[in-house]
Amino acid sequence: MAKIKGDIVVNIERCKGCEVCIAACPFTCIAMSEEVNSKGYHFAIKVNDECTGCSNCALVCPDGVITVYRAKVTAE
Amino acid sequence: MEEKFAHPELRKPEHLVYKTTDLMVDCPLSYCPGCGHGVVHRMLMEVLEEKEIASKTIGVNPVGCSVLAYDFMNIDMLGAAHGRAPAVATAIKRLWPDHYVFTYQGDGDLAAIGTAETIHACNRGENFTIIFINNGIYGMTGGQMAPTTLPGMRTSTSPYGRDIEIMGHPLKITELIAQLPGTYYVTRQSVQTPSAVRKTKKALRKAFDLQDQKKGISFVEVVSNCNSGWKMTPVQSNIWMEENMFPVYPLGDIKVDGELVTRS
Repeated sequence: MAKIKGDIVVNIERCKGCEVCIAACPFTCIAMSEEVNSKGYHFAIKVNDECTGCSNCALVCPDGVITVYRAKVTAE
Repeated sequence: MEEKFAHPELRKPEHLVYKTTDLMVDCPLSYCPGCGHGVVHRMLMEVLEEKEIASKTIGVNPVGCSVLAYDFMNIDMLGAAHGRAPAVATAIKRLWPDHYVFTYQGDGDLAAIGTAETIHACNRGENFTIIFINNGIYGMTGGQMAPTTLPGMRTSTSPYGRDIEIMGHPLKITELIAQLPGTYYVTRQSVQTPSAVRKTKKALRKAFDLQDQKKGISFVEVVSNCNSGWKMTPVQSNIWMEENMFPVYPLGDIKVDGELVTRS
């Protein structure tokens, strides 16, 4: 069965940790990291494999740090 | 840092669905974390990219938080004195009628200091787009009361809340200019959720499309948050905005094709 799978790439150094993407994600895929970037902000990280690449997080991100990929994959 | 749930096999150009447009300059934005300005900037640049008019567009940046907009948008920009962006845009549009012109203004710039310029540019029916970011506060200078501040809202110059008897009512400038015959398209949008962002982009697209028709001002208000000025976290401020700003500033089209929209 084909399944839609998505992935996000966060520009860690540009992320300001506003958490707006967490509220926008329908699958709670995003959380804040334990570590901080060079500016001292906790940054967004992907925390599970539920992402479908809907790009909601990228749309609401005020700093445009999220790049979204999406592809059909056949499940094993 | 090692990414636990990364899928490097998906990170190929053919699988790309969303990335920040190249018309946004690759530099950190000067806005506070969670500020709606960044989203509006990006949507604006996406519209210009889709219409392929970036080289024919001139923006006028205001005074306020977005005064540095020319650093972030990779298009021609001109700085205007505080509130005078519509007057400057009028001159640009009259000299280059085939160019696309927009002003990008906050509520302190457009609704307080530049009220005269805004109303007269709208009344003359110039053919440019006004993008109005309304967060009910003077964000850049430290959260002072603006004309658009809600009744009872605490700001640094109204620490006990805005008292209508002394400080007057919030100014609904968008409804005000919709009454003028020179405006053709007037709408109010927001950018706190993905669907709202998509609607805002559609409104911006329509506003720029209408510049071709030379029918008058297209005016897009975006109700935005100011989490630093409101002293909240970004997510809290978005919820507060939905609960408190939207009843006073209801979203939706106010004037379409030169006709006022009647709300049931």
